Amino acid sequence: MSLLAVPDGPGNPWFSWRYVNDNRETILSALSFHAEVTAQAVGLAVLVALPLAVLAYWVRPLTGPILALSGVLYTIPSLALLAFVAPLVGVTTRAAVLIALVLYALLMIIRNTLAGLEQVPPEAREAAQGMGYSRFGRLWRVELPLALPGIITGVRLATVSTVALVTVGALIGQGGLGDLILGGFRNNFYRAEIMTGTILCVGLALVLDLLLAGVGRLLTPWQRRVRA
Amino acid sequence: MNYLNEGLLWLNDPLNWTNPGGVLDRLGEHLLISALAVLVGCLVGWPVGVLLGHRGRGGAVIVTVSNLTLAVPTVALLTILPLTPIGFGKPPVVIALAVFAVPPLLANAYTGVRQIDRETIEAARGMGLSGGQILRRVELPLAVPYLAAGLRTASVQVVATAALASFVNGGGLGQIIAAGFGIGISNGGAGQIVAGGLAVAVLALLVEAVLAVVQRLATPRALRATAPRRRPAVTAGA
Repeated sequence: MSLLAVPDGPGNPWFSWRYVNDNRETILSALSFHAEVTAQAVGLAVLVALPLAVLAYWVRPLTGPILALSGVLYTIPSLALLAFVAPLVGVTTRAAVLIALVLYALLMIIRNTLAGLEQVPPEAREAAQGMGYSRFGRLWRVELPLALPGIITGVRLATVSTVALVTVGALIGQGGLGDLILGGFRNNFYRAEIMTGTILCVGLALVLDLLLAGVGRLLTPWQRRVRA
Repeated sequence: MNYLNEGLLWLNDPLNWTNPGGVLDRLGEHLLISALAVLVGCLVGWPVGVLLGHRGRGGAVIVTVSNLTLAVPTVALLTILPLTPIGFGKPPVVIALAVFAVPPLLANAYTGVRQIDRETIEAARGMGLSGGQILRRVELPLAVPYLAAGLRTASVQVVATAALASFVNGGGLGQIIAAGFGIGISNGGAGQIVAGGLAVAVLALLVEAVLAVVQRLATPRALRATAPRRRPAVTAGA
């Protein structure tokens, strides 16, 4: 199908509706794969990062090691992470991409969550203690809600960069929209395919970012009142 | 751990280092591309950041720029630029990487100038220094620790991202990983994949360590307590 669609009329335009129409199903499945992998990666990263951040917050001696470890994971290039993970879990599986993405997103969420927890005012903490909250109760009812702006910032950063990073999975054919971008490049430099993938990728990042910003606003109504 | 052994075995073969397209060749390409990209990034990011900081505006622009580049996939720029009049070869790769080097350099240069105590600037003005003299003799020297911090963040990121140049045959250590995937696991490519991954990861960590020392040396002892944080929270991925 894509063999027939190569040159679009004369020349090789940067964008063509004909390409979009002819390949609607491919494009949509790439887009939904991309969104799905992003959601799974960020979701898993949150599940791992939040407990780690709380641990780093409660147990001071662990703060340094936890931040350092996630910093090292963040410094290792995504392609190298993929190279370590892929042979272990099977080269063409989604799991390889997913694991690499989760490891990569950890740092942003841990660091911002920790920053959020650390700027909880000591008065709030003491008041909660005075009201008889246990350690977990205080965390759940007082500290985590007050740290929400930091957590949301971390999740937004992680989401936007994960959307961009999924494209790296194109190396093993698991890149979602990245498959379109790289496929277009390999398919005789088919500009329309490359551009469609890129536009959708940036668009997806912006939409998810706005969505999360909206969720953040809904979850922290007290911040709105302060600003107004 | 079996694959790790295969990777070390691959790295232990001297021919894999000295062959054409071996580790040494690729390392040279990788460092050349990265150095050029960081250089271009510095030439753009530093003057603009310092000037914006000197004038005291443009903070919002910098935030927007760095958020936007966070959303643009490196792979997309790497594939798009060769198809523009820039053409194929090293220039599009260098430019694509430089685009991602600019935000940390720009943001740190801006912060570096903005964080200077207003009283220092006013004292300089009171001593009769002109705007340009304040910029050169007061603001720039005091911003050096921040410039070094930006250089470190940008360099680590560019070295990491340069691995992706292999997607468009742009050379660099990523090429080893890509070639390994080309061979396939079933044909014994796993060793080469892991070896390439090790090479890229070690290089990134080395650059980080070396530039951390540079950053420390660039920070006068008296300023080390207030020196910029290890790394700004907002950094684009590679």
